[in-house]
Amino acid sequence: MLQRLFLIFVGVYLAGATCWVLWSARVRDNGSTIQLLNAACDPTRELWREINTRFAEHMQRDRGETVAIRQSHGGSSSQARAVIDGLDADVVTLALWSDTNAIHKAGLIEESWEDHLPNRSLPFVSTIVFVVRKGNPKGIKDWPDLAKPDVKVITPNPKTSGNGKWSLLAAYGSVILRGGSEADAEQFLEKLFGSVPVLDTSARAATMTFSQKKIGDVHLTWENEAFLEVAEAKGELEIIRPAISVLAEPHVAVVTANARRKGTFAAAEAYMRFTYTPEAQDLIAKHHYRPTDPEAWERHKDEFGTLEMFDVAKLTPGMNNPGDIWAELNRRFFSEGALFDSIYTRLHGGGKAK
Amino acid sequence: MQNDSAAVAPAADGNSAVDLASFQPRSQARKDPRWVRYLLVGTTYLVIGLLVAVPLAHVFFQAFSAGVGAYFQKLLGDKDTLHAIFLTLMVSPVAVAMNVVFGIAAAWAIARFEFPGRALLVSLIDLPMSISPVVAGLVFMLVLGLQSSLGQWLREHGWQIIFAPPGLVLATAFITFPLVARELVPLLEAEGADEEMAALSLGANGWAMFWRVTLPNLRWGLLYGIILCNARAMGEFGAVHVVSGRISGQTDTLPLRVEKLFQEYDIQGAFAAASVLTLVAILTLIGKSLLERKVHQG
Amino acid sequence: MRTITRRVLPGFGLTLGLSVTYLSLLVLIPLTACVVKSLDLTLEEFMRAAWSPRARAAYWLTFECALIAALINIVLGLVVSWTLVRYKFPFKTLIDALVDVPLALPTAVTGLVYASLYVKGGWLGQFLTPLGIEVAYTKLGIVLVLIFTGFPFVVRSVQPVLAELDSDEEEAAAVMGSSRWHTFRHVIFPHLLPPLLSGFTLAFARGVGEYGSVVFISSNMPFKTEIAAVLIVSRLEEFAYREAAAVAVVMLGFSFVLLVLISLAERWSQPHAK
Repeated sequence: MLQRLFLIFVGVYLAGATCWVLWSARVRDNGSTIQLLNAACDPTRELWREINTRFAEHMQRDRGETVAIRQSHGGSSSQARAVIDGLDADVVTLALWSDTNAIHKAGLIEESWEDHLPNRSLPFVSTIVFVVRKGNPKGIKDWPDLAKPDVKVITPNPKTSGNGKWSLLAAYGSVILRGGSEADAEQFLEKLFGSVPVLDTSARAATMTFSQKKIGDVHLTWENEAFLEVAEAKGELEIIRPAISVLAEPHVAVVTANARRKGTFAAAEAYMRFTYTPEAQDLIAKHHYRPTDPEAWERHKDEFGTLEMFDVAKLTPGMNNPGDIWAELNRRFFSEGALFDSIYTRLHGGGKAK
Repeated sequence: MQNDSAAVAPAADGNSAVDLASFQPRSQARKDPRWVRYLLVGTTYLVIGLLVAVPLAHVFFQAFSAGVGAYFQKLLGDKDTLHAIFLTLMVSPVAVAMNVVFGIAAAWAIARFEFPGRALLVSLIDLPMSISPVVAGLVFMLVLGLQSSLGQWLREHGWQIIFAPPGLVLATAFITFPLVARELVPLLEAEGADEEMAALSLGANGWAMFWRVTLPNLRWGLLYGIILCNARAMGEFGAVHVVSGRISGQTDTLPLRVEKLFQEYDIQGAFAAASVLTLVAILTLIGKSLLERKVHQG
Repeated sequence: MRTITRRVLPGFGLTLGLSVTYLSLLVLIPLTACVVKSLDLTLEEFMRAAWSPRARAAYWLTFECALIAALINIVLGLVVSWTLVRYKFPFKTLIDALVDVPLALPTAVTGLVYASLYVKGGWLGQFLTPLGIEVAYTKLGIVLVLIFTGFPFVVRSVQPVLAELDSDEEEAAAVMGSSRWHTFRHVIFPHLLPPLLSGFTLAFARGVGEYGSVVFISSNMPFKTEIAAVLIVSRLEEFAYREAAAVAVVMLGFSFVLLVLISLAERWSQPHAK
């Protein structure tokens, strides 16, 4: 009778679902298909989608191996946290050195990882530019314009997002490198963050806030993200390049502990090395990241505007290796109680928020 | 002069046990002045309209704003969205089933027996209702992630719980934990043990009594609790946001997929996925009102 | 007799054992782990993490918004349950069904829709923004979304009690010349106080914990529009597990207090239940 049939159906369904859940609790070797997980920072979604397809074709054609790559995206520091917590990534393609290094410090990436891949593990670099509304009504041309009282700035939270950190460093550096003192730079940052109406957790969220929700007058973002945003906006937005900005270096790395444990090390290596091939470098340029291969750069450099990019090492004079540089940058700007925290507390006060 | 009253179970978590058709002020004494009536009814329309009806309409409007064809394309043509639907359909029922087994067991123990600590058990069951979903996710992160020795042991032995469907099931089960039990306890208490005692005295053993007497009596209340639990489980966002790892095509449930699509500029896609969830919610409500009548006639 | 000694009905050991085991595994042990993790911090560190100005601002915002929303829900819930019980009007059944929508609708969908509706160019935002009323990304938006999620609790608490109210008292009052308002205030309302309180507490508890809908509509700015749940997620994403656990423990403490209040309120509102 109908009720009995229904109960049987439910029973079978539940049994099936439970089996599936239990089955997915095992890390398994997928037979012939190699499964790779790329834990990436937020704005690189479109880039990796294309590279992954090409890489899979390449592996199939040249090595006869079937590779399936999955992506996880989120704020750079969030993703680092997830990998440390157990997200079983084979490679990480995050936004800055210290996030990748945090994974190394947790024992998941091997020593001297930076030297493991060409060009200090940088298949591409980028920078921070401005996106403004059509016609640039507030006349924003360079960093000092961001401190104007009627200008609202959109940038993600430096605590969670690579974009956020790079924006802060770029803003700070813009003052220092033009001869300003630390006090001047701090004041500038305070004015800047005082005009941020919404603090999103990741780059893409900030992009949505600026372009979809139409909040803010200027958006500080990755150059590649800016291109994408402007294209999606169909004429409503434009890119403004300040004269000077930070050289943003998003390192890539194989998560050696995970890859070796899962037996995917060779494939993961091949995956990362693939990003340096001319084919991939062209894709990288197509998505508006600056390729690091000199020949590729020659081919594409006209697609990028000119601006002077400074290395963050300039903000920590006297230090040479990235470990020291980033430790100092974190200590000064991003850690608990450092500059960003104290600016925020000064701006919004200790005590009751009203 | 007296009100007709349908049997009423006064639970404050969503039961509407009122037979709407029969309550009218019978006498002049209970009639409110006309302007009061108009004001209140008007306010009701306004409140429900603005709060509920407009948002519901908006979901479907946005979802279909690119046309019906595009709508189905977004849902059925997108591999990751299909997987998200599949994942939600796997994770939620399992979590609900776990809570049903527990709910029945707990209701039986609480409703039929006196024992020290009974009041404590009742309070503890209610605990997840007042905990933020994010805290629920955090808590499982701490226990099962690589931060803990248990998490490391699991990883070494090839188990993945966090950042994989089992973790999603656990977080979802935690959040929806009290929903079935809370339905069943008052029901069992109201039913009384007479029929069960009768069955026992006629020679039935425990299981026979359970299957043939207890469960049929609970039938509608159980179904009701399952529906509520399922709706909450399918819609859970906060807890799974923390434990999911957000791997597209692998650990994105449908609510997470909505967020992801929104962030990838795919407004229609996000609303299309949201419309599926909204449809589930509407079906839940229909099921709920159909069952309500059964529960309170039962 | 509602409870029978275990010697008569079977299954006590099995059901109690199953319940306690499941409860421990799913709820108690994870919660304890959270508390233990936060104990990793020294008292001073704990205070700094869980009681920093930013955290206090978050708690304050969370409770303030949840409180305002729950209070508004008392009024709205009372109005709606009154009309649903006492009056006949078109679409009444539909309205009654719609009351439950917030309970069934996923929080992410709520957040997405409300953000979309109230943003500058949105269906409703386009009318409000010229009036200077900003809803999206402000505290007002948070309160609005919490009103939505807490709404059914009050209505569904009050409705059954209102429906079951004896008409004798009202009629007596009318006979004695009491005005309608007077009758309401002194005869009817006292009966409604317990379910109102019960519904209020449930709505409040739900509002305090709500994450999914708020995170879409809030600008999540520390000290201004960051609710406690968002703070916890933020700390998590900064690798600060113990600090996140510390804030979570404080929230758990509040939850526990709320829980006690809820059970007291429920017991008061159903004096005839066992």
